[in-house]
Amino acid sequence: MSKLEDDDWLYTISSKRKLIDFNFKEIWNYRDLLVLFVKRDVVTVYKQTILGPLWYLIQPLFTALTFTLIFNKVANIETGTVPPFLFNLAGVSIWNYFNTCLTSTSDTFTTNSAIFGKVYFPRVIVPLSIIISNLLKFGIQLFIFIAFYVFYKFSGAAINLDSTVIFFPVLVILMGMMGLGLGMIISSLVTKYRDLKFLVSFGVQLLMYVSAVMYPLALIKEEMPKVSWIVEYNPLAYIIETARYMLLGTGTFSWFGIIYTVIVTVIVFLLGIIIFNRTEKTFIDTV
Amino acid sequence: MSIILKAENISKQYRLGVVGTGTISHDINRWWAGIRGKEDPYLKVGSENDRSTKADSDYVWALQDINFEVRKGEVLGIIGKNGAGKSTLLKILSKVTIPTTGVIKTKGRIASLLEVGTGFHPELTGRENIYLNGAILGMTKAEIRTKEAEIIEFSGCERYVDTPVKRYSSGMRVRLAFAVAAFLEPDILVIDEVLAVGDAEFQKKAIGKMQDISKGDGRTVLFVSHNMGVIQSLCDETILLHNGRFVEKGKTEHVINTYLKQNIGNDAVFNFDIPKNNNIQAYATKLTIVDLNGNLMSEIPIGKPWKVKIHFTVCQEINNLIIGLGMTDMLNAPIRTSWTPSNNLTPGEYIAEFVEDSVVFNHGRYKLKIGISKGFHSIQYLDENVYITISEVVYKQDKTVLTNGNGVFSNQMKMNVYKT
Repeated sequence: MSKLEDDDWLYTISSKRKLIDFNFKEIWNYRDLLVLFVKRDVVTVYKQTILGPLWYLIQPLFTALTFTLIFNKVANIETGTVPPFLFNLAGVSIWNYFNTCLTSTSDTFTTNSAIFGKVYFPRVIVPLSIIISNLLKFGIQLFIFIAFYVFYKFSGAAINLDSTVIFFPVLVILMGMMGLGLGMIISSLVTKYRDLKFLVSFGVQLLMYVSAVMYPLALIKEEMPKVSWIVEYNPLAYIIETARYMLLGTGTFSWFGIIYTVIVTVIVFLLGIIIFNRTEKTFIDTV
Repeated sequence: MSIILKAENISKQYRLGVVGTGTISHDINRWWAGIRGKEDPYLKVGSENDRSTKADSDYVWALQDINFEVRKGEVLGIIGKNGAGKSTLLKILSKVTIPTTGVIKTKGRIASLLEVGTGFHPELTGRENIYLNGAILGMTKAEIRTKEAEIIEFSGCERYVDTPVKRYSSGMRVRLAFAVAAFLEPDILVIDEVLAVGDAEFQKKAIGKMQDISKGDGRTVLFVSHNMGVIQSLCDETILLHNGRFVEKGKTEHVINTYLKQNIGNDAVFNFDIPKNNNIQAYATKLTIVDLNGNLMSEIPIGKPWKVKIHFTVCQEINNLIIGLGMTDMLNAPIRTSWTPSNNLTPGEYIAEFVEDSVVFNHGRYKLKIGISKGFHSIQYLDENVYITISEVVYKQDKTVLTNGNGVFSNQMKMNVYKT
């Protein structure tokens, strides 16, 4: 074999790893797989159920209803002029998007180990498909929110879309990136240390209570100034607070909060990609 | 022909035992060594991968210093005993995991077909799964669409193609999965033991398809199997691995021979305990299986003449001594019994030889039973754990021997067709 030919290698498989090895061209080549995975996730979840996709709606509706009864009727949390149910529905829908993104990406490696152990495709396709299929579910839930919004509006509730609402998709993307980033970090670490699996399942619940889902951000600052820093340093709280500001015209809008959230999200996301990349090459030996 | 794939110094280390609290300290050590720019401290340790011996280290080399080249259009077999590292090598080749050291360079797209059907989703229909599985294997939707009809036809599952896969029998799943993979068009196809499943008819079809792929389309195929018959019929060249190390690469026939000689210790020599009865007049000490040249054979290729040698000791002078060799199938159905003529022997060591050069046994395992008697009076009878294995490798195939038929014997009867 001549020396010239030596340089023609299409690719090499070796133990050397780059810090960030995000091959966009390869992912693009597998775009059909991404679409099929999304389709599979959406279509198969509620097969052999009677209510089918209605479950997408039942879950947030009942959670919002419960929150309204407990936090607003029993515990008397004030939501200003906004109807408490609508206030909670907004918070719950957005929180749910983050929650499902995080929990279902966090076991990417363990649940897919059978197939990952047999064939190669860019592993990141799996968490990406989860984020996208959850986005579709979130879209459906947004419709039900809009329906209730219109209903309350015509009943004369003082709710107003803020003009910043055109930036709402940015918030959703931030939320998705946050879920994806954290999910990728956790899924990578879980391959070796299963402890994290238990941490995630109850950690997410705890996180909800410090993410301003069922109360306005201002309220915690006022009522519990000593511990409110936990909520104030939580970027998720800003996303939810800002989302409510855009959709319902309630709460606060802070540029500091937004910039802080964007920075943290980008860091978490990049960290997620780096750790995920390192893990995907050898996880099959430790999973 | 040009080289399409080249493996240089491939090694793969695995950690033995349970991943537990000790792991984190090793990880920290490794990370600390990495930061200081030093070599991974656990790479130096690690013992050869021999299943049966107790390990003296927590790390084991599943593969060590594997080097080989694959030419374009070549069908390369990879054989070796369990734990030789075959599957690990395929996993590295198909990018499922990376080697601990070494590099694999390739000029073509590699697609693997390892234990098919893993990518199926039970709730989706056969057709939907064709698309899903095809995409997992790296095909685009458009590519699959052009081949959909062919795939369905090849799988023979037309009737069920719009039924969820969870209603399929396991055989149908395998058929469908193999069909998808068979119509893949990678430059290099990696296959691991797929043909072990499915019925005889489908296996034949699958092997035929594999031959088309390699011979007709000139694609490169790497093929791992325990089935020496399939390896022999598909592969021009074969690699033999042993305990994670490269033994040889060469013409398939030659490499299979080396492989068959490997486990000689276990399968070609059977030692017997000395009987506790002190008054016994004669007893067998050893049985060996050899070819006509006296080479030990752990497996006999179909059609190759073979010999069983029974070593026995005569303690007292004895008349009318007869050595018998019985052969049954694994379910103890008798196949035949051969008795030596009677002998009058003085004390000493003897060998009784039983030569088989006319009947051709089909591939499989057969039990051997040894009887020593004086006239009609039995002295010793051994029927435990002595086997002869006829391999799937074919020694010769002509009109008189048909190896792909059913039954115990492969010899053909003398046949004649005429008009009455």
